[in-house]
Amino acid sequence: MADARMTLDDLRRVLLEAAGADEGMDLGGDITDTPFDDLGYDSLALMEAGSRLQREFGVSLSDESLAEATTPRALIDLVNDRLAAGASA
Amino acid sequence: MSDRPVKTVVTGLAALAPNGLGTEAYWAATLAGRGGLAEITRFDARGYPARLAGEIDGFVPGDHLSGRMLPQTDHMTRLSLVAGDWALADAGVKPGEWPSFDMGVLTAASAGGYEFGERELRNMWSKGNGYVSAYQSFAWFYAVNSGQLSIRNGMRGPSGVLVGEQAGGLDALGQARRLVRKGTPLMLSGAVDSSLCSWGWVAHLAGRRLSTSDDPERAYLPFDAAACGHVPGEGGALLVLEEAAAAAARGAVNYGEIAGYGASFDPAPRSGRPPALRRAVEQALRDADVAPGDVDVVFADAAAVPELDDVEAAALVEVFGAGAVPVTAPKTMTGRLNSGAGPLDVATALLSIRDGVIPPTVRVSPDARHRIDLVVAEPRRVPVTTALVVARGYGGFNSALVVRAA
Repeated sequence: MADARMTLDDLRRVLLEAAGADEGMDLGGDITDTPFDDLGYDSLALMEAGSRLQREFGVSLSDESLAEATTPRALIDLVNDRLAAGASA
Repeated sequence: MSDRPVKTVVTGLAALAPNGLGTEAYWAATLAGRGGLAEITRFDARGYPARLAGEIDGFVPGDHLSGRMLPQTDHMTRLSLVAGDWALADAGVKPGEWPSFDMGVLTAASAGGYEFGERELRNMWSKGNGYVSAYQSFAWFYAVNSGQLSIRNGMRGPSGVLVGEQAGGLDALGQARRLVRKGTPLMLSGAVDSSLCSWGWVAHLAGRRLSTSDDPERAYLPFDAAACGHVPGEGGALLVLEEAAAAAARGAVNYGEIAGYGASFDPAPRSGRPPALRRAVEQALRDADVAPGDVDVVFADAAAVPELDDVEAAALVEVFGAGAVPVTAPKTMTGRLNSGAGPLDVATALLSIRDGVIPPTVRVSPDARHRIDLVVAEPRRVPVTTALVVARGYGGFNSALVVRAA
C-alpha cells in the first residue's frame, strides 16, 4: 500500500507511467507551480494520470476536480485533501 | 478555378515492410527476392492453426518518437508516424513551413490499433474498468493514424480514413487525388497497417483465407497450383501527393502521376452475377485514359486462394489478353498487408518506373491455367512507364489504380 500522503516524486512517476515525457522536458526540476500545459500534458494525459492516482492512493477524483487542478501543486493538494478526508471520516 | 482535372503527382514516399524498413532497404530486398515471412514472434501463436506472418524487424519506436507519443499509440500508429516523417522528408516538405489548411491526411485502415485495444480490454476484464487507459478512447480507432499524422504535422486540410480491408489503401489514394484536384495543395496518403496480436489474429483466421502451412517457402503461393491461402504481414507506405505544376514550381522531383482510379463491389455470393474486379480495372484505365496495351506491368492482388486467383487472372486476361502484360506480386515477400498492401504496391510500381525494373514474384511456379505472364524468380529489366495496381478487400471490395511516369 502506498504512503498516506502523495509527494511530488509520486506525481512525477505517475505522469511518466501515464503519458511519458517530451524530450527536453525536465520533470526533475522544481515544477510544483508549472502549469501542466507548459509541461506538455493535455487533459487526456491528466485523465490517465488521475486514473492511476485513484488506483494507487485509493481516492476518488471527479473529472471536474481533475480539470481544475492545472498545476502539480493543485493536483497533489487535491489527492492529499481526499486522503485526509478519508482518514478523518 | 477551372474544373479541368489537374495532374496529381507523388513527390515523396516511404515504405515500411517486413523485408525492409525504409524505402531503399525495402526496394533492395525486393529486387533481391529477399522475403520477410517467418514464425510469429509478436505473440505466442503456437496454439493457432496459422503461425506465419511478415513482421517488421528492427523497429525501435523510441528511436523515432517522443516519450509522450509512446503511451498513447498502437504499433501501427508508431509505424505510420515514422512513415509520415520519412515520406515528407523525401518530398522535401517541412510541414511547419506550410499553411496548415493546405495539407490533408487520408489514410486507410483495416482493423485499427488492435494490439493496444487487446491489452486494454484484457486490463478491463482481468482487473476492472479503472485499469483501462484513457488513450484507449482513440488509440484503437480506425481513424487514429490520420488523426495522429494530422496532429504531428499540423495538417488541418481535408482529412479522413477509408476502411475497405485490403482494397482500402488504394481507395485512400484515389480519394487523396480527388482532394488535390479540388484544390488541396498537399495530401499525405496511403496506409501502414498491423494487427499481429492474438485478437487481430483470430479475426484474420475468421476470414478463412490464411495459409496454415508452417513452411515460409511454401505458405503463400498465389497463381500456383499449390496455392493454399495467404500469410498476413504488417507495414505499407505513405505517399505525398501534390498538383504537378505546383510541385514543379517549388522544385520538387516526382516519382510519377496517380493517373487513374477505379473501384467496384462484388455481387452477393451465389447471385450468379459475375465478379466486379474487371470493372474496377477498366474504370481505372479509362480514368487514366490508358489503353490496355499501354500498361507495362500489373501488380496483382494475389490472394492465393484458388478461386480468387482464378477471378483475378480471368479479369486480367479479359482486359489485356492472355499473357499480354507482365504481372507480379512482390507481396509474396511481405505477406498481405491489409490496408498497407495497395499503397506499398503503388510505391513499388513508382520505383519500377524510376529504375526500369519489375520486381519478382518469389517461390511461385505459375499454374498454366491462369494464362498470365507472371514475373517469377528474377527481376525483369524493362522500361516501365505505366503500371496498374490491383487490390481486393474481404467482403467484395475491388480497387485499381494506375500510376504513370510524369
